[in-house]
Amino acid sequence: MLKDWGRCLLFFLVLTVLTGLIYPLLVTGLAQLAFPHKANGSLETKDGKVIGSYLIGQEFTSPYYFHGRPSASDYDAMDSGGPNYAPSSRSLAEEVEKRYHALTKENPGLTRQQTPLDLITTSASGLDPHISPEAALIQVPRIARARSVPEEALVKLVKKYTRPRWLGIYGEPRVNVLELNLALDRYFGSPTAGVNRNQVQVHRP
Amino acid sequence: MTWRIILEVSFFAAVLTALAVPLGLYMAKVFEGERTLLSPLLRPIEGAIYRLAGVNPYAEMSWTRYLGFLLLFNFWGLLVGYLLLRWQNHLPLNPLHLPGVPGALAFNTIVSFVTNTNWQAYSGETTMSYFSQMFVLAVQNFLSAATGLAGAVALARAFARKEKKTLGNVWVDLTRSVLYILLPISVVVALVLVSQGVVQTFHPPVKAVTLEGREQTIPLGPVASQEVIKLLGTNGGGFFNANSAHPFENPNPFTNFVEAMLIIILPAALCFTFGRMIRNMRQGWVIYGVMMFLFLVGAFACCWFEAQGNPLFSRLGFSSGPNLEGKEWRFGAIDSALFAAVTTAVSCGAVDSLHDSFTPLGGLVPLANMLTGEVIFGGIGSGLYGMIAYALLTVFLAGLMVGRSPEFLGKKIEKREVKLSLAVVLVPAFLVLFLSALAVILPAGREGITAAGPHGLSQVLYAFASTANNNGSAFGGLKADLPFYLWTTALAMLLGRFLPLAAVLALAGSLVEKKTIPPSPGTFPTTGWLFAVLLVGVIVIVGALTFFPGLALGPILEQLLLSRGRLF
Repeated sequence: MLKDWGRCLLFFLVLTVLTGLIYPLLVTGLAQLAFPHKANGSLETKDGKVIGSYLIGQEFTSPYYFHGRPSASDYDAMDSGGPNYAPSSRSLAEEVEKRYHALTKENPGLTRQQTPLDLITTSASGLDPHISPEAALIQVPRIARARSVPEEALVKLVKKYTRPRWLGIYGEPRVNVLELNLALDRYFGSPTAGVNRNQVQVHRP
Repeated sequence: MTWRIILEVSFFAAVLTALAVPLGLYMAKVFEGERTLLSPLLRPIEGAIYRLAGVNPYAEMSWTRYLGFLLLFNFWGLLVGYLLLRWQNHLPLNPLHLPGVPGALAFNTIVSFVTNTNWQAYSGETTMSYFSQMFVLAVQNFLSAATGLAGAVALARAFARKEKKTLGNVWVDLTRSVLYILLPISVVVALVLVSQGVVQTFHPPVKAVTLEGREQTIPLGPVASQEVIKLLGTNGGGFFNANSAHPFENPNPFTNFVEAMLIIILPAALCFTFGRMIRNMRQGWVIYGVMMFLFLVGAFACCWFEAQGNPLFSRLGFSSGPNLEGKEWRFGAIDSALFAAVTTAVSCGAVDSLHDSFTPLGGLVPLANMLTGEVIFGGIGSGLYGMIAYALLTVFLAGLMVGRSPEFLGKKIEKREVKLSLAVVLVPAFLVLFLSALAVILPAGREGITAAGPHGLSQVLYAFASTANNNGSAFGGLKADLPFYLWTTALAMLLGRFLPLAAVLALAGSLVEKKTIPPSPGTFPTTGWLFAVLLVGVIVIVGALTFFPGLALGPILEQLLLSRGRLF
């Protein structure tokens, strides 16, 4: 009887080493060999410093950049998750109103009917890196004004960076906000990062 | 919109069927010890495992011995895992210097992973070291899946064998599950996921300075290896708090499709494994058909309700569109709803959206899927044996109607078999109702409810439906880390897993001893339409009768009030 207990423990430990050590080490080794950039987080660097990951949304508040979706944790990547509002909760209704008012403040003239729903709802992860093309387009007038560039150039950029559905049916057409903002900086110059963003100058190439 | 739903769901179902049939046949070969493509590579490793552990792979086991070892094996997983979680601060691969997991939470967590539930009362990023993730949690993802497979395979042998005493060898079944089925698929698909952006590294989290000059700490880890087995083993416990909604776990619509497929593939393939092992593929197809039918109904309904959206938004003056609250934009409402239907039909529980924020009827589908006792594909192994328990009840009821003694696959179904099948079906149902009632009566339970109105009841009902049926998804608003819920959900998970498993092996033990009667003109054929329709009826009636009052007072009432503009 005691022998059975010991044998069972040993069997458990052997399988533990196989699945808990050998397996992840094997996969890590192969992944690092084959896809080092992806395996390490799809990080983007600028002047040797990491400025973020293409897959992890980051907070944008300045008028020079496209903004992402509302996030329950303000894009704190160590605190993924959403607010879990019930569909019938008053707090959801109040939050949606708040999000809409924040949006109209940044993008004056935006009516309720025109508001893309992804901009007044929080994502599940709080780190959603994407918005809909419509959500990008309603921000174009603001960015065009802030950067003094023609709107058509920005619309073109949004179209260029829009990714289609997979197989034409799965998922949604989307733009990656960080990718789009990096493209903005590349084409139209980067507003120097400063403490007071209202006074930041746009340098045009 | 409707066309997209039909296209998305039916293409998914078609791919599933195309993959499940060959995989199921391969699995049958594995469990019957036949040579397969991977044998030359894996045979030596298999032998080494038996030698290292000092177990005899040739000994045939009676049901009591088979069950005894299975329980002992799980007991060690529970004990060793608990201690490792408690002591993770003294162990390697802890770059954030996280403290040991507190006692009640560690117990809840290890129970959750051992029972194939993966209910998570913690946030992965800030609670679990890399070591705990891979050496405790991912290991149980493999071993709990293997336990389920062993149970199903033992039951299949009980039908295939005539007048025997034994059900096979538990060491062999567990080892082959891991070595020939779970590991090879995991290695290959993990690399596919990495190629799409799922991370796989031992680097500590990276500090970034964003375009606007803010600091952001980006968590990393050996995610892909764990992601695959979390889904393939129908476990569901995410590396990160956001689970499969996290872009590092599920970066795009293609991975979302792959991940949903991973969840459902083995439970679906098992139907054909069963068919092949009992030398009756038609029976395998009938079981598959019943599961697929129930799955499709739920999937269409869930996608449709989520695509319709929440009436709250149009009432506030916004355009009426899909329900995007708590959903990732890259998946949108329909893919998220499909994933929700998959993860709850199968007892996986990985989520790529917040089920708590689904529309009331959209959220009813995951709840109802779980309340059937997780037999619509269900947990790996446990879904099949749960469905067979339902099938035995069906032939019993049919027998009562025409006054003949019931048979299934040539085995006479008698008092003992009916009782054990009832136990498999009713234990989780009882746990759901009893513990939900307790939670809404006791102040300690009500304290955890964060939604007012009928949605509060849905939160509680969902929690126990999920844990008692070993699903693990949640209406995340519930404060699952309160002591009341830590202990009651742990109890629900333990009893909901091991009582049915024990009943199934007892059932197998009694069936294997019976002789097989050749079918006579009076035998009720279990491979035809009539049987399939009756089986669906039994599942729906048992589910509906047991839970209709709860569902009426929760999601259905909420939908009615919400459509009249009532908020809480």
